[in-house]
Amino acid sequence: MSNYAKTFSSSLGKKLIMSLTGLFLCIFLVVHLIGNLQLFKDDGGQAFNAYSYFMTHFPPIKIVSYILYISIIVHAVYALILTTGNRKARPVGYAYYKGEANSPWTSRNMGILGTIILIFLVVHMSNFWAQYHWGDLPHARYEVSLTNPQDVVVTPIPFDGSEIAHADYVDAQAGKQVLIAKDLYKIVTESFSQWWYVLLYVISMAALSFHLIHGFRSAFQTLGWDNSKYIPLIRFLGVWVFGVLIPLAFAAMPIYIFLFR
Amino acid sequence: MNLTLKVWRQKNTEDKGKLVTYPASDISPDMSFLEMLDVVNEGLIKKNEDPIHFDHDCREGICGMCSLHINGRPHGPKQGITTCQLHMRSFKDGETIVIEPWRAAAFPVIKDLATNREAFERIQQAGGFISVNTGGVPDANEIPIPKVIADEAFNSATCIQCGACVAACKNASAMLFVSAKVSQLALLPQGQPERYRRVQAMVAQMDAEGFGNCTNTGACEAECPKEISISNIARMNRDYLNAKLFKDEY
Ligand code: FES
Repeated sequence: MSNYAKTFSSSLGKKLIMSLTGLFLCIFLVVHLIGNLQLFKDDGGQAFNAYSYFMTHFPPIKIVSYILYISIIVHAVYALILTTGNRKARPVGYAYYKGEANSPWTSRNMGILGTIILIFLVVHMSNFWAQYHWGDLPHARYEVSLTNPQDVVVTPIPFDGSEIAHADYVDAQAGKQVLIAKDLYKIVTESFSQWWYVLLYVISMAALSFHLIHGFRSAFQTLGWDNSKYIPLIRFLGVWVFGVLIPLAFAAMPIYIFLFR
Repeated sequence: MNLTLKVWRQKNTEDKGKLVTYPASDISPDMSFLEMLDVVNEGLIKKNEDPIHFDHDCREGICGMCSLHINGRPHGPKQGITTCQLHMRSFKDGETIVIEPWRAAAFPVIKDLATNREAFERIQQAGGFISVNTGGVPDANEIPIPKVIADEAFNSATCIQCGACVAACKNASAMLFVSAKVSQLALLPQGQPERYRRVQAMVAQMDAEGFGNCTNTGACEAECPKEISISNIARMNRDYLNAKLFKDEY
């Protein structure tokens, strides 16, 4: 076996893979969150749909998105491999095991939390991501006044089987910026008008919160990043930014749309 | 005190084993946990029954032989002590106490509560040493070592190899033990020449013994009778990845 093959098949090497893919997914969450803030805009989805088009067509982002899909799969597969190894390491369990006496609940339930997140991802991606790429999506035409960006005229273009080209141009004569784009915004707002769908998202974000409260800090421990100077910052980021702020902001989106759209 | 014990009885490594209930009567709260078991065993011997087998030696918390999983926790409900340092006053009169052996594939049960912990020895033999004779005690300050580093090396060296870290870990991982052994040498000048070879050899042996993978729950550090910190684990991760990915072999 080559040096790298040996390294990555060792217990610490597998953990390194978990740590790096996990941290990459954390960075993705930040980008995804900032982009999705467009959902809060009251512009009939113009900014959100323009953003969706950009994210799926700008080549560097497309490359990163493939790394992202691979990271999700690798993170889940390695979790399975490591967990199987851990089961084998204790074939006969304890009759009485008091884990709560020595470790946080989140740290002992990463597998369950991760499974909830994975199920959520399948639902989430088949509903929005797959729809956007291959589904029969309605389009929308936005005419934004060049002098007053608040003045937006939205014309829905329902799906009728015909191909509609994406367009984004300035009509100087009419004094308007025209955008014709796939109307993902409509799909999103329609989905989040169902209460059970909102509930699914809120529960999944709770699972994400607990997963990250342990996961973020744990990733640095696995990398060996441990030092009295920056560890307090990592702990703070892990709990308050990745464990609380980000899941809360994501959960706020379906709730906001359910209540106000 | 009167107690009810539920003790794991297993004839040998191959036997399936089961929990058996025994009464423990007239126990003094000042007895240690092992003395309580001695009393129960005397009763069993008088009745011509096989006494409960358990490991022990020094009975003062320094040898690391005693190894009982008591009411769901290695070395019982108190922190920072071994089973032999645990006293019966830590339990309530009439309490039921469940006593099990360390559970890990790498620590097979020999009989009842005694497990074979030679896996730890083999990990040590793989690299937990300095190959040359380091000579007599050097003059003070001949090799300057910052006090915090010396203290940390000493803390790591307090490991008594009892295996409570493995027993506590939900994954039966030996990371705290191995990292303490790696750290006590990696922190000091004498350990430097073999630092990166050592960590690779010891981790390889740890994996070969079939211990689980660390998920950073911190259970090991919470249950360690010597309160060894998981920052040792971070140090080992650092040294290992450093050795594997960035250092030339020598
Ligand atoms: S018997 Fe020696 S440490 Fe408990």
